[in-house]
Amino acid sequence: MLETACYWVIGIGLVFDLFGCIGLIRLPDVYNRAQAATKCVTLGTCMILLGVAGLGFGRADWPMGVKAVICAVFILLTNPVAAHAICRGAYLSGVKLWEGSVEDAFADRARDLRDRQTEEGLVSHEETETP
Amino acid sequence: MTPFEQTALAVLLLSSVLCLFRIGRGPTAPDRTVAIDILGTLIVGFCCIMALLTGQEYYMNIAIAWALISFVGTLALAKYLEGRHYDA
Amino acid sequence: MKWLMCLLSVFALWMLLFWSLDPWVLGTGAFFALLVGTLLGDIFPDRLEKLLDPRRWLFLMIYLPFFFWCCVRANLDVALRVIHPDVPIRPGIVKVRTTLRGEMAKTFLANSITLTPGTLTVDIDGQDLYIHWININTDDVRRRTEEICGRFEPLLRRIFE
Repeated sequence: MLETACYWVIGIGLVFDLFGCIGLIRLPDVYNRAQAATKCVTLGTCMILLGVAGLGFGRADWPMGVKAVICAVFILLTNPVAAHAICRGAYLSGVKLWEGSVEDAFADRARDLRDRQTEEGLVSHEETETP
Repeated sequence: MTPFEQTALAVLLLSSVLCLFRIGRGPTAPDRTVAIDILGTLIVGFCCIMALLTGQEYYMNIAIAWALISFVGTLALAKYLEGRHYDA
Repeated sequence: MKWLMCLLSVFALWMLLFWSLDPWVLGTGAFFALLVGTLLGDIFPDRLEKLLDPRRWLFLMIYLPFFFWCCVRANLDVALRVIHPDVPIRPGIVKVRTTLRGEMAKTFLANSITLTPGTLTVDIDGQDLYIHWININTDDVRRRTEEICGRFEPLLRRIFE
């Protein structure tokens, strides 16, 4: 009974993983791709891990279950942070939003951040700007 | 290897190929970075299925180490994209 | 105090990962816990006495299933958008204000926003959150704030503040 439920959880996680990667291919710009891929792959992999944990606990294989739960917590905490860092980095490195975007409230703040960097002499954005 | 495990590995492989496609084609550097991050998470999934398949729990150690190292690597790449020094 | 908490949590993680009471495991665990606690003790979050309040744990237990439900809905939402033949999206970056003050609470709010339907936190500046939204459906600032962080704020405030 528990075993069947765990296999179902793993199966649903795999399907979410696949949808996330299809999103990576089909969506138009970095921000949308990061969004779809992060959500789907994080939850998908967490479900796989929780399914494995359930199977491990069911077989009284405690180390496997505990490690799977710890790994699920790590992934749940680190993946959103990574997506946020990449998106911020992408915006500051000059990647434009998709042309169908309707609003951009981050432009002013990004300009401030870049000015501050240039003042501090950390980097000159004229050189790194992509055409 | 049961049919379930075969299907699971096939689905993960298909997802990884889609990721690799984005790493190869990605028009900008951040696209590739996102795809690399996602590929790292998929590899954690691979490790889980391998642990099921072989019944060896040390695959979970690989999964944990991979999750942490892929996170640190992605943060380093993101900081590089942002154009900052690593200690800022 | 912080040093002790850091040391204890690192040691607990070590013991969970090894899952044995061998004296060698205990010894190396104690050594590395001391090392990590001494090096990194002062970046551990402060005001740890909050951990002892059972009401916070109760609200955390309410928050987790709610968060999981939001995650699943987000995934179904993304899956529908992705397999739809003409990819119905209306993306953009919006700015909302949060009323949470603690660093920990804001971090968890940002992570929760990233994993729930159609939104991704791009940056935090004080109380302002910059959110990439995949399908902007309203121009009203109050409704936006309600839709993006209204769900989580009351629970997170009770857990972390």
